[in-house]
Amino acid sequence: MDTREPILEVRDITKVFPGVVANNRVHLELYPGEILGLLGENGAGKSTLMNIIYGLYRPTEGEIRVRGRPVTMHSPKDAIALGIGMVHQHFQLVPVMSVVDNVMLGSESIRGPFLDREAVARRIQEIASRYSLEVDPYAIVEDLPVGVRQRVEIIKALYREADILILDEPTSVLTPQEIQGLFQIMDLLRRQGKAIIFITHKLKEVLHIADRIVVLRRGEVVGEADPQTASQASLAAMMVGREVMLVVEKGPASPGPVVLEVEGLEAVNDLGEPALRGVSLQVRAGEILGVAGVQGNGQTELVEVITGLRPATGGRLRIAGQDMTRASPRQITDRGQSCHVPEDRHAYGMVGAYPVAYNLVLNTYYRPPFAQGLTIQEEAIAEHARRLVAEYDVRTPSIYTRAGSLSGGNQQKLVVAREFSRPIQLLIAAQPTRGIDVGSIEFIHQQIVAKRDQGVAVLLVSYELDEIMALSDRIAVMYQGQILDVLPAEEATRERLGLLMAGVHPQEHTAAGLST
Amino acid sequence: MRPHRVWKATAIVGWVLALALVALAILVNTTALGERTWLRVLFGVSALNFTLRAAIPLILGAMSGILCERSGIINIGIEGMMLAGAFAAFVAKTNTNDWPLTTSLLFSTLVAVGIGGIMGLLHATFSIRFRMDQIISGTVIIILAAGISAYLFDRDAVAEGKFAPIAIPLLSQIPVIGPVLFAKPLLTYLALILVALLHVGLFYTRWGLRTRAVGEHPRAADTVGIPVNRYRYMNTTLGGMVAGLAGGYLVLEAVGQFQEGMTAGRGFISLAAMIFGNWNPFGAMGASVLFGYTQALQNELLLAGVKTVPRHFISMLPYLVTIVVVSGFVGRVRPPAAEGKVYETEGGE
Ligand SMILES: Nc1ncnc2c1ncn2[C@@H]1O[C@H](COP(=O)(O)OP(=O)(O)OP(=O)(O)O)[C@@H](O)[C@H]1O
Ligand SMILES: [Mg+2]
Repeated sequence: MDTREPILEVRDITKVFPGVVANNRVHLELYPGEILGLLGENGAGKSTLMNIIYGLYRPTEGEIRVRGRPVTMHSPKDAIALGIGMVHQHFQLVPVMSVVDNVMLGSESIRGPFLDREAVARRIQEIASRYSLEVDPYAIVEDLPVGVRQRVEIIKALYREADILILDEPTSVLTPQEIQGLFQIMDLLRRQGKAIIFITHKLKEVLHIADRIVVLRRGEVVGEADPQTASQASLAAMMVGREVMLVVEKGPASPGPVVLEVEGLEAVNDLGEPALRGVSLQVRAGEILGVAGVQGNGQTELVEVITGLRPATGGRLRIAGQDMTRASPRQITDRGQSCHVPEDRHAYGMVGAYPVAYNLVLNTYYRPPFAQGLTIQEEAIAEHARRLVAEYDVRTPSIYTRAGSLSGGNQQKLVVAREFSRPIQLLIAAQPTRGIDVGSIEFIHQQIVAKRDQGVAVLLVSYELDEIMALSDRIAVMYQGQILDVLPAEEATRERLGLLMAGVHPQEHTAAGLST
Repeated sequence: MRPHRVWKATAIVGWVLALALVALAILVNTTALGERTWLRVLFGVSALNFTLRAAIPLILGAMSGILCERSGIINIGIEGMMLAGAFAAFVAKTNTNDWPLTTSLLFSTLVAVGIGGIMGLLHATFSIRFRMDQIISGTVIIILAAGISAYLFDRDAVAEGKFAPIAIPLLSQIPVIGPVLFAKPLLTYLALILVALLHVGLFYTRWGLRTRAVGEHPRAADTVGIPVNRYRYMNTTLGGMVAGLAGGYLVLEAVGQFQEGMTAGRGFISLAAMIFGNWNPFGAMGASVLFGYTQALQNELLLAGVKTVPRHFISMLPYLVTIVVVSGFVGRVRPPAAEGKVYETEGGE
C-alpha cells in the first residue's frame, strides 16, 4: 500500500449524542494526493465524523492526528489553521453577500482598518484559473446557480490553503454536467497533492473517482474497498448489510382514466421571468410519468403550480376531472387526494423545530383521528408516528426528537413517510430520493411502483436520468419551460433523452439523423 | 428584480430626492420665494432646525437598532435604553452642577453612554445566555427603565446648563445649510458622524463583515471560526451605548431637564426608521429625518395658526406618517435573516 505518511489520521473516535452513538471507535487514514470515498447509510455518522475533523464537534473519545502530530481542536479556526477545509452538506454561504465577502469571511485580508476586497478578488481569480473554477468575484451569492455556489465553497477552502479537503455530499444538488465539472476539479486537486475525503450516496461516482473506499455502518467502519475490484452491488451490500436490488422490479403498467391534466400552463419564476410557456401533459391512473430535464428548465415551477404553491398565469389544471387552476394547496391535497414530496425539504417538506411525530401529521392534524373537535389527540399522533417510523425505517432516537437534528437522508424519509401514508390518487414527487442511501432508494422506489400498481397516478420529477429511466412508464422532457417531447419508456434511450434535454427538437433530431 | 437590486435603486432615488429638497430649501430661504408663507412654513430655516432636533434622537436610536439587529439580536428595548440613558445623564448632571459646565456635561454624557451599555449587556445576557424570547427581553428592559427612573426621579433636582452650539468656521457661513447643519451643539455632530462611521464600519471593515455574517447566517460564520455569540454580546452592548447617548442628547442638549417617560415613544419610532431604512445607516438616517420633519411640520403648522384643520389632526401627523410608511414598506424590506434566533453550536457540549 501507500508508503507515505498519512496527512490525517482518525484514531478510535467516538461521538455520543443524547440517545445516539453517531461514531463508534472510528479509524481512518488519509494520504496526500488521494481521494478517499466515504460511503454509508443515512445516519451512519459520516457528517458527524467530518464535523469532528473540522473542529465543529468535539469527540467524546479518541484522537485526531494531522501530519503525524496529535491535535485538539476547539473550533473550525484550529482546523483551518491546520489546513483542513470543508464543503458542508448544506452550503455555508451568506446569500446576501458577494463571493469576495463570503470567501474572505473569517480570514479577511486587511489594508489599514479596511477590507482589501481587490486583493481577495485577485486571489480568487488566481485560484479560479489554476483550478478552472470560473466565478465572478463580485457576484452576489443568491444570484448564483447551485453549481457555482459549490465552486465558491471550494474556493473558500482553497483560499485558506487547505491541503485536506472534505466534500460532504457535494454531488447531491448538482446536475450531471456540474458533477462532471466537479470531478475534473477534484482530479486536478488530487494531482496537486491535496488529500480529499468525498462523501456520496451514488456508488457510480465513488467507483469512478475514488482511490480508496471506506464504508461506515451505524457509526462503525465496516470495511474498505478498492474501486478497481469493487462493484456497485458489492458496495451496496457492504453499506446496508444485505443484498440490495439496484434496479426496481416492475411489471407493465395498466393505465386507467386521466387523473392529472395540465393544459397550456404558464407561470413566472421568482424573478418574474416566464418559467412555464404552455406546458400540457396528462397522467393516467396507474402510470408513472417521469419529467426529465436539466435543472432550471421550469420543473420546480411546474410542480409548484400543480400543488397550488404558485399561481398559474395562464392555462388550466384539472385533477380527477375537477378544475383546480386556482385551488389552494389544501384543496388540492384534500379534494384532489394528492400528495407532494417537495424538492426542497427544508423549505416545504418539514418544520425542523417540530418533533418527528408532528411532522408526520403536518397535513392531516386537523382531521380525525388526530383531532377531535378543537383538540389535538396526542396519543393518536404518537401511535401514527411510531408506526411510520418503523415502517419507513426513519432512524431517530425517538418520535419526539427535533426533525431538524435527523441526518439529511432521514429527514427525506420522514417526508416520504408522511406523504405516502394517506389514501391518494395522485402522487407528485420531486427528487424523492435526493440525499438518500441505496437501501432506502430501493425502498422508496418500490413504494412508488406499489402506489402505481394500486392505481395512483404518479408524476415524477427528477434530474437524475437513472431514476427517471428506472421508474417511468412514459418520459416527458422539459426544456426552457416547455415539454419538448413525450416518449414511451421503451423508446427512451439515454442518447435520445440527452439530445432532448439539450434542447434538440425531435424533428431536427431526425433531420440530423437522416443527413448523416 | 432581486431585493438587493431594488434597494440599490431605492437608495439612489433617496439621495436624489434629498439633494432636490436641500436645493429647494436653499431657494426658499434665500430668494423672494420665501415671501409665500406656506413655503416658509414648509421649508423655512426654523422648520429645518426643528427637523434636525427631532431627528437626532431617532437617528441615534436607529443606529442602536442597526448595531444589534445586524448581528441578529432584535432590540425593541431601545426606548428603555434611551430612557435609562436620559435619566442617568440627568442624575449625573444634577450631581455635578458645581463642576465646570463642559466637564460636567461630558461626564454626564459618558454616564448616559455607560448606563445604556449596561442595559444592552443585560438584553444580550437575557437573549443569549438565558435564551429568553428577544421581544420579551426588550419589553423587560423598557419596563425596567420606566419603573426605576420614575421611582428614583427627584422632582426638585435641577440640571444647570446644556450643550451650547459650536459654529464651525467657514462651513457655518454657507447660506441655509450653514446655520442648520454647522452651528449645532456637540452631540448633534457626534450623531451625524456616527452614521457615517457605522456605514463604513459595517460595509468596509472586518468587524462589519463578521457582524453581518453573524446576523445573516450564524452557522456559516461559525464554520469559518467566528465566535458568533461573542459578536452578539459586543454589538448589543455597543447598541445599548448608542441608545444611552440618545437619552443623553435629550437631557443634555435638547431639553436640559428630565421628565418621566420623556422618550415618549422615540425608541419605537427609531425602530420604524431602522426598518424603513432597510437596516442601513444612511437609509435609517433618511427615515429619521423624514419622521423628524413631520414633527417639525406639526409644530410649524400649529405656530402658523392653521385653523382649517383641527389641531388634533395636525398633532397626529408624525404618528400617521410612521404608520403609513412602516405598513407600506414592511413587506419589501429585508431584515437580517437570523434575527431573533438563538444560535447553538450543534456540538451539543
Ligand atoms: N446535532 C445533533 N444532535 C443530535 N443528534 C445528531 C446531531 N447530528 C447528528 N445526529 C445523529 O447522529 C447520527 C449520525 O448523523 P449524521 O448526520 O452524521 O449521518 P450521515 O451519515 O451524514 O447521514 P446522511 O447520509 O443522511 O447525511 C444520526 O442518527 C443523527 O440523528
Ligand atoms: Mg450527512
